[in-house]
Amino acid sequence: MKLYFNYLSIHFRSQMQYRTSFLMLTAGQFLIPFTVFAGVYFMFERFGQLKGWTFFEVTLCYAIIHLAFSLSECFARGFDSFSGLVVRGDFDRLLVRPRGTVVQVLGSAFEFTRFGRLIQGGAVLAWSISQLPELWTFPKLLAVLLMVVNGVFVFTGIFILAATMCFWSVQGLELANVFTDGGREMAQYPLGIYEAWVRKFFTYIIPFASVSYLPLMLLLDKREGSTAELLLLPFGGALFLLPCLLIWQIGIRHYRSTGS
Amino acid sequence: MSAIHLKAYASLWRIRFINGLQYRAAALAGIATQLFFGFVFMMIFMAYYENSGVSPDLSIQQLVTYVWLQQMFVAFIMLWYRDNELFTMITGGNIAYELCRPVNMYVFWFVKLLAQRMASALLRSLPIMLVVFFLPEPYRMSLPDSPASFGLFLIALMLGLLVVVAISMLIYISVFWTMSPVGSTLMIAVIGEFFAGLIIPVPLMPDWLQSIVYALPFRFTADFPFRVYSGHIPVNEAITGIGLQLLWILALAVVGQWLMRRALRSVIVQGG
Repeated sequence: MKLYFNYLSIHFRSQMQYRTSFLMLTAGQFLIPFTVFAGVYFMFERFGQLKGWTFFEVTLCYAIIHLAFSLSECFARGFDSFSGLVVRGDFDRLLVRPRGTVVQVLGSAFEFTRFGRLIQGGAVLAWSISQLPELWTFPKLLAVLLMVVNGVFVFTGIFILAATMCFWSVQGLELANVFTDGGREMAQYPLGIYEAWVRKFFTYIIPFASVSYLPLMLLLDKREGSTAELLLLPFGGALFLLPCLLIWQIGIRHYRSTGS
Repeated sequence: MSAIHLKAYASLWRIRFINGLQYRAAALAGIATQLFFGFVFMMIFMAYYENSGVSPDLSIQQLVTYVWLQQMFVAFIMLWYRDNELFTMITGGNIAYELCRPVNMYVFWFVKLLAQRMASALLRSLPIMLVVFFLPEPYRMSLPDSPASFGLFLIALMLGLLVVVAISMLIYISVFWTMSPVGSTLMIAVIGEFFAGLIIPVPLMPDWLQSIVYALPFRFTADFPFRVYSGHIPVNEAITGIGLQLLWILALAVVGQWLMRRALRSVIVQGG
């Protein structure tokens, strides 16, 4: 853990060397989801509701997913840019060091500019909660926090899976975007608005449903359920992350250096 | 511009085009991504349309066409289109070699970017087209409104491509001053793509926003050709729009050429 924080401070100092670029990028990261958010706002202005979901219920869903996504992009960036390590042959260096590969890859890159997106997500979350008084109890707020953490698990799991693919081939990596960027675009709306095949895939294969949709149903009293259920649901992501880490370990055994 | 110049640009276009066609695995992944995004966007929009009291200006049919065209020609409309070659050329100093060439740099780069986008669009649009015309309802893409609107759509689409490249040229030129490609690109790209109707279709935006959109060039890259195709913009309006497209291309190219000349006059070759 100490090692990881050392990595963090090194990356932070190096990124602060290009201050203007850093600020511009952070601002850009703030703006990107902002246009998406503006899209949601204008659509609600025109249509009023979305299959029984109100504006603030949807923005709550949106905020949780975007917070989770930007946190995982911040912290798990190393897995996201892992193909670079493999192509350059730099992964060899990691393997000979007496530390775990996961923590080293996690520490190999860190994107502080994603704080822009993080701030935006946090602001939307605070605004949505302030407009939804039914959430103002301790277990419910705790559940919201757990949902964000759970989202980080799911996104990190996908990043790890995509990185593991690099052990076999670095071609076709773009496909992973379907699950990261595509997953984010999809899960920022309640899953209930989609057709059954999309819903099932993102419940049972990649458990985005456990991040936002299923807990939200309980949070917003759209479905009956106990508090225990509410607080347990957000652990679906951990169930997803564990096999991903296992596959990563299998992948490492198949690693052949690019040489050069 | 003499014939020999034209020949040089034509062969540059050919080289870049063939080069662009090499990335087939990436295109395959791109096709899957585009199809997925298309489905997600449509399901979201349809959910809004469903049991809503208001009947929006854009019908479901037109919306489906709008979304699929967007996914097919994503290489024609994305302002944020990675070409790190030009960026590294500027920030890395290899620009010096470019300056030695006896060609107009603006046209030279313009042709390069054009060819790349065309190759990428060719690889992606045809397979996506094959899929989306045979999808079950309501996701099936419909045929163009009339032969006339189809013809005008093709013209508008190609002119839209010129608009997008002309805008992206301005982004590249700005790197001469900022030296940090990502920051400025990202800002312009994000705002431009919103105004082009890539987040929500322009007819679904509030009226005050639409009037801003109509005053800017971005909608001519995507929104305008797509609505010509579906007949949402009638033929006579389409012809006026094409005229506006031409004016915008002219204005953007003149400004771009001028800025480029200024940038090159005081260019500092980086690195060593």
